[in-house]
Amino acid sequence: MATPLSKITAQRGVSLAEATRRISDLGWLPTYAQQSLKYPTDYKFSKAPKDPMKQVLRSYFPMQEEKDNRVYGALDAGLRGNMFRDVEPRWIEWMKLFLAIIPFPEISAARSMAIEANVVPGHELRTGYTLQMIDEMRHSTIQMNLKKWYMENYIDPSGFDITEEAFGKCYATTIGRQFGEGFITGDAITATNVYLQVVAETAFTNTLFVAMPSEAARNGDYALPTVFLSVQSDESRHIGNGHSTLMSVLNDPDNHQLLERDIRYAFWQNHAIVDAAVGTIIEYGTKDRRKERESYAELWQRWIFDDYYRSYLLPLEKYGLKIHHDDVQAAWDRIIKKDYVHLTAQFFATGWPVNFWRIDSMDERDFEWFEYKYPGWYNKFGVWWENYRKLSEPGSTPIAFADTGYVYPHRCWTCLVPCLIREDMVVDEVDGQLYTYCSEQCRWTHKVAFASEYEGRPTPAMGRFSGRRQWEEVYHGWDLADIVKDLGFVRSDGKTLVPQPNLNFDDDKMWTLDHLRGYELRSPLLDLRAMSPEKQTEHIEQYRKGFHIHKI
Amino acid sequence: MAITYERSAEAGAKKFADWDSRKYKYYTPKGRRATLYEDVTVDVQPDPARYLLQNWIISFADGTPAYSPTRTHLQSSDWHEFRAPDEEWERTHYQRQAGIEKMIHMAVANGRAQKAVAGFDADWVAILQNHVSASKHAEYGLGVALMTAQRDGMTQMINNTILTNASYKLRYAQDLTLYLADIAPDFAKPFDESAGKQHWMIDAVWQSTRELIEKVMAAPDYLEQYFAINMIIEPMVLELFRSGFVMQVAALHGDYMTPTVVSAAESDTSRNLVNCAVLVQMLASDPKFGAANRKVLGEWVWRYLPLAQQAAHNLQPIWSLPHIKVLGFPEAMGQAEAHVHKVLDQVGISLEGGKGQ
Repeated sequence: MATPLSKITAQRGVSLAEATRRISDLGWLPTYAQQSLKYPTDYKFSKAPKDPMKQVLRSYFPMQEEKDNRVYGALDAGLRGNMFRDVEPRWIEWMKLFLAIIPFPEISAARSMAIEANVVPGHELRTGYTLQMIDEMRHSTIQMNLKKWYMENYIDPSGFDITEEAFGKCYATTIGRQFGEGFITGDAITATNVYLQVVAETAFTNTLFVAMPSEAARNGDYALPTVFLSVQSDESRHIGNGHSTLMSVLNDPDNHQLLERDIRYAFWQNHAIVDAAVGTIIEYGTKDRRKERESYAELWQRWIFDDYYRSYLLPLEKYGLKIHHDDVQAAWDRIIKKDYVHLTAQFFATGWPVNFWRIDSMDERDFEWFEYKYPGWYNKFGVWWENYRKLSEPGSTPIAFADTGYVYPHRCWTCLVPCLIREDMVVDEVDGQLYTYCSEQCRWTHKVAFASEYEGRPTPAMGRFSGRRQWEEVYHGWDLADIVKDLGFVRSDGKTLVPQPNLNFDDDKMWTLDHLRGYELRSPLLDLRAMSPEKQTEHIEQYRKGFHIHKI
Repeated sequence: MAITYERSAEAGAKKFADWDSRKYKYYTPKGRRATLYEDVTVDVQPDPARYLLQNWIISFADGTPAYSPTRTHLQSSDWHEFRAPDEEWERTHYQRQAGIEKMIHMAVANGRAQKAVAGFDADWVAILQNHVSASKHAEYGLGVALMTAQRDGMTQMINNTILTNASYKLRYAQDLTLYLADIAPDFAKPFDESAGKQHWMIDAVWQSTRELIEKVMAAPDYLEQYFAINMIIEPMVLELFRSGFVMQVAALHGDYMTPTVVSAAESDTSRNLVNCAVLVQMLASDPKFGAANRKVLGEWVWRYLPLAQQAAHNLQPIWSLPHIKVLGFPEAMGQAEAHVHKVLDQVGISLEGGKGQ
């Protein structure tokens, strides 16, 4: 047998472990200048983290280039195979939302690596953080390119063409900013290690980057899986960075109290934000209603409950860390018993005029699937979606203002998803101001976790909530048509809306600004704050009782 | 016969308002047409001055928002004007970096197969072991500083440019490290891989360079770091060492592998310098803040230039070590100084008249 060329040309080289050791030895302890910790943390490190992946840049770059070649080749193949002839518009429309949001958290994660590498001692994991930094730049720009590709090839580019502007303005995308800004602000370790790596990347990228692409493929979209499964293949490195840093943090018992706080905050926020958005897109953006298709609840059980909670979070208890099992259970209950995803989809569709994508109505096939997967669904949501379908014709009353029995919800001050599970709404005062929250966990996050002191311990590095957090406050008292104009969600003819509550691609079947005149938007929170204490109590009680939908 | 489809979601399947709106329309391209680089980079990092309706919604404890112009002493009328001349985004970055790694791999593999190190001059081997190896720590330090700096810019264009700069520096530091590790066993006499770090830490020749690198690593102002690294430290010290020394003498001492590794860094540096110069030029000529910015830039020049000149001078003994002399230190230093003056002059910073200007 002939000797293979690789054997003939093989050369002795350093092992990967040796290569990693030499590279970590590039660092040194400075003696001429005191290194500044630009980003504060209340955590302490007594031990530098190890590098579990042991990858070096000279193997990383060619590997990533090859991955890119496959991605871009597949996009070309998608076009040659006329992917857009068969793709489901219902699905692609939701990509206008998803791909408007996701590049920002991605690039925030790149910035996050600057913070983490600045704070974490030692040089062994520096390469891990470096790879993640470059990966995140990859993710952000590859996703922007995918979006451009949809814009160029999908039947209705409107919404894609204003994507980053829309991201800054839409009533739904603030939720995504709450997600991404959490990676780059406040306590350095809270933001970069716990919130980003330990929870968002280790747990929720599975629903974001694995479950969702699978759904895309079922809707004729082969581009999203191509890009996002490639993205997800980078995530294992980030999960490794996260775990190694976490082990280093855990090593100092003084950090346990902060870790318990931060895992609690991060898990609940990821649940509230990612499950709201991805759950809605998977369940309401699909046309695939085969009974064997997994529901979001089933996916959540697999990815979050079994894979993450049981296999990752629970074992942390052996290090003496308290895990909030009740929160995991509560999140599960919100999905399976309290209709969190369905209520979110209902809210998104209620606000369709201030979105920048189309939301298709549900039909009988959808109803049947929902009833099969979520018994009792029709009684709670069927009539509302029938109303939605009826009101999707231009000239109808926008459903948010129609007499359906639906009560426009309060926003949660923390996660910024509204208080959709009405009975769970919590009200509290912080610094003398009244706020509404979707859950006790979100109230705790604002009032207890994001504060200068935690359980008697000073936490000067912890972040604060800021800005005009509630979108409705910005447009309180405005006419709906003026809002949409101000948002820039109008097509270039100056009248046709970017968003539509249907998938009609004929001018005469599309809504225009004129159809929105005469409807005033109000901020439920500002109205609540303006009430007398008695009225406030009455309003809150009434709100918690929920609403009853009737057929119009 | 043409096939007609009852239902299609292809572009052009129906014509209605904006059916043909197939360009990102929320920003103005720099040139006549938007580039792919602009499309995938502009505005991904939002800004309350543009579209961020509700402002930043999580702040640091002291109220500083996620991105704040206070992270640098330089100011801009419009941070969004900047575009990096190298137009790098993920795909082009990986292509270039992978290309460099493949080039180095092939050159070194071929050299090793030819037992190239056997032809290295003994004096040169000592230089490689002690000084070329020491320089990898300086390169790494700059990479670390830039990795931190890429957090703070006010636009995606600025931050991604600093990010790719960090990526290039860290890659080169690793390339040099692993190149020396690869060839170390090929030498007949032991090649001490730890000698480079010892020289970096204690050899008087390198201490001013180390001081300079540590100072820029510790600087809290991200644009101070970016400016000082690309416009002063690189041309005055590291490029001086790479171009003015290693590239000149290695081949003459039988080493045709090291220049391949080092040449990649030279190519990286020229790209990074141009990117940085365009940003600095934009800020130095800002209609509103130009004068104030030039003052700050001048202060930075005088904070780093004397240190860099000192560091360069302290490297001079290395020029005496090789067996065969080519470019003397004074000539190399003269070229480096002229380069620094030229780039500073091009961006509108004058060194005439000294520190007071």
